[in-house]
Formats: sequence, structure tokens, C-alpha cells
Amino acid sequence: MTADISPGRLLWEEHLHDGAHWSGVLRRGTTLRLTDLEGGGNVAALMYNHEDRTERYCMADTLKAQHTAYLTRGCVCYSDMGRVLCSLVEDSCGWHDAIGGLSNAASVAAKYGVTRFQEQRNGFYKNGYDSILTELRKYGLGRRDIVANISFFSKVTVGNDGQLLFRPGNSPAGAHLDLRFEMHTLVAFSSCQHPLDPEPAYRPRPIRLTAFESPRPSTEDPCRTRCPENGRGFVNTERVFL
Amino acid sequence: MTVAPAQHSRLEPARAARREIVPAGAPWHGVLRAGGILRIVDLEGNQAVDTLFYNARQTDEHYSAQDTMRSQANIYLTAGTRLLSSEGNVLLEITADTCGRHDTLGGACSAESNTVRYALQKRHMHSCRDNFLAALTAYDGRLGKRDLPANINFFMNVPVTPQGELRFADGISAAGRYVEMRAAMDVLVLISNCPQLNNPCNAYNPTPIELVVWEGS
Repeated sequence: MTADISPGRLLWEEHLHDGAHWSGVLRRGTTLRLTDLEGGGNVAALMYNHEDRTERYCMADTLKAQHTAYLTRGCVCYSDMGRVLCSLVEDSCGWHDAIGGLSNAASVAAKYGVTRFQEQRNGFYKNGYDSILTELRKYGLGRRDIVANISFFSKVTVGNDGQLLFRPGNSPAGAHLDLRFEMHTLVAFSSCQHPLDPEPAYRPRPIRLTAFESPRPSTEDPCRTRCPENGRGFVNTERVFL
Repeated sequence: MTVAPAQHSRLEPARAARREIVPAGAPWHGVLRAGGILRIVDLEGNQAVDTLFYNARQTDEHYSAQDTMRSQANIYLTAGTRLLSSEGNVLLEITADTCGRHDTLGGACSAESNTVRYALQKRHMHSCRDNFLAALTAYDGRLGKRDLPANINFFMNVPVTPQGELRFADGISAAGRYVEMRAAMDVLVLISNCPQLNNPCNAYNPTPIELVVWEGS
């Protein structure tokens, strides 16, 4: 799934192990590919402007600007300051959940039970909320900064009367997603299972992270031209880097 | 589209501890003690009331839209909805609702999001985030924008289709409709009586609301 990235553009590659958490900075002009190696993966994600971490991913502004309740190719992720943190430039699975939220210690304990490092070593059960919080604390962020997140590779639909429904099988083995960063962005990930995933077993999946250089979006860029709102979001973003 | 049937309250405003009119476009904040009840009345109809809640003893525990939706497996708020915190605790429970549906996906308007949604020239317009920031810092000067997660929009109608489309639709509220909620812990209540003039959430005409508070027994 990385054959199309020429060796000259490849920056680094690493694995987000099953159930693990990770954070890092993706610079403007960098694309991060997330590959769901086994299928059925989930990546809970939050994002912050690396230069001013009070600016962060905003679920509501992302959804209402683009008139959508989920994310796919052509969508962008807005910050709460009217700017574009990153764009979804490639997406082989078609739906990424923006509303289902994070698992937490209570929900994981109720569903899967509790395990400890002492017995399980690094396989002990983790949850989305505590995993993301652990990453954020490395940067001086904390509970105030945990806002509504994205769950990449998961699909949750809304019925006619508002019912939330998790859709298994959204992400086959090898599914991938390319996030092109438009700002210097701190990202925090957890590969714990989605909180609405009905699978009874604790079985998070590994994800491959591949970072590579990418050109600036053109005036005809599909994310920029998806809707007039995104055109204005890119104007707001580019003003920061003039 | 099915909207929940009206659930009326038995409480009498004449016995309320506090009644207050919040003008169109204004902020409000206050602490509701555990067991206390807050009623928000849409006096003239189709007003959006942007609202946030915090654990008053520890404000980094804040309202969580995603936890609230997920815990009831439904995106719309109405009577019976428990409003959850980022820690998974119950902040309040909606105990009466004569409107039938409230939004928690649409968020609050801000100068910056107005530039994206409408036009770069809309930046100057008064917004909910300006109200939230004014009310938050009036309550505690150490709080700020970091403390503004996704909020509730009482009386606002933001339907989502099974295909995942989201839109701001005409309101389903009307003059005199109300929503009432009981605090499960001491909560800080933050309100922006939405000043948005660019979309139908307020029928293009922001109007006053009434807040009625009963103390817990």
C-alpha cells in the first residue's frame, strides 16, 4: 500500500501497535498514510495546531461547514479557528466516524474486563480516553483539551429517528487513508476499538503510519473545491503562512 | 422525521427560586446546585440556545456531546436524555421537554467559523463563542477557549440522514416551548442566547429566552 510513494518522498514509517497510543508532529506539506493492516481497525484521533495548542480540531465546525456527519476523501478537518488542519486526500474505505467518541476505562472494563501489566505485559487492556490523555499530558495538555474526536476506519450511521448504528466491516485489510497536513499539527492517536464496536472480544488492530512529503494543494485541489466553505477555510489557513 | 412527544413539567414557575430573561444575543452563567432544576423557555419560538455544562467543583470535567449521544445511542436530545461529562458522569438529566428534539452536533457560531460558513466579511458579527468567553472569564479568569468543547443547541434542529448528510433545518420549536433539566451534581451552566443572523437556526431573528430555576428539595 506504499508502492505509490517514491523513495525520495518517504520520510518515515512506524507501527501503531494494536491497542497502543502515539503522538507526533506532522508539518505542513507532509502527508500521513494510515493503513489498517488486518482490517477492522480503529484510530481515535485528536489534533492541535503545534504552534498554538489552544487551537484544535473542532467536530462541529468540521461537520457543519461541509454538511456532513462523517469524513471521507475530499473532506478537511477544521480547527476551532476557521482553519484547515489536514485534508483527506485519499481514502479507500469511504467512511470515517466523527461522532461516536472514545472508549473509557469504565466502558472497556464492562465490555472486556480488566487486565494488568503484571500479567499481560504490553497486552493489558487500554481505552481511548486514557490513551489520548496520556499522549496530551506530554505536551502540557490535559482533560480540558479532550474534545470530540475522529475515529478513523470506523463507520457509525444515523437512522431516521437519530439512532446511532455501528457498521462492522467498513475497513477491509489494507484499507488506507492519506491525511495531508495544511498546518504544523500535533496529532494524538489510540488504536483501541471503537466504543460502539459490538465485537465481544478485546481485539484492537495494528495500524501502519507512513509519512511522506506532498506538494502544496493547487487551486483545483478537490478538498479546496469540495464546497465554497472549504475554499474560504484554505484562505484562512494560507494567511498564517504568508 | 419523528420528534419525541411533549413531556410536560409539573413544576410551577410561581414557586421558582429565580426567573430571569436573557435578551437576544446575550450570555448568561450560573451555578445550579445538585438537585436543582433549570427550565429554558423559548419565549418567541425558533431561538437557538447554545449551552455548556461543567462540574462546578472541577471545571476540567466538561459536557461531552459524544458521550451523551453514544450513551443513549441517539444523536437527538429530549426528555430522559442524561447529559454526560467527558469523564462519563451524569451532569444533568432532561426531565421535561415540550419541543421534542435538541441538537448537540452543530456547535456554536464564532467569528472564525462565520468566515468559513458565510463569507470572509462576516467576521465582525457577534457570536456565541464571544458570549461563552465573556461568561466563562466572568466566572473564573483562569478559564478560556480551551474550556469550550462541543455544546448543546437547545431548540435547534440539525437533522442527519442515514447517508450521513447534515443540515441546519427550520426550527421545530415554537413560542412558549421549554426544556427542563435536573442537576445530578453542582454544575456551572454557560449559555449564549445565539446571535446568529445568517442561518435559519433562529429564523433569522434572535429573540429573548426565560430561565426558571427551582432549588433541589
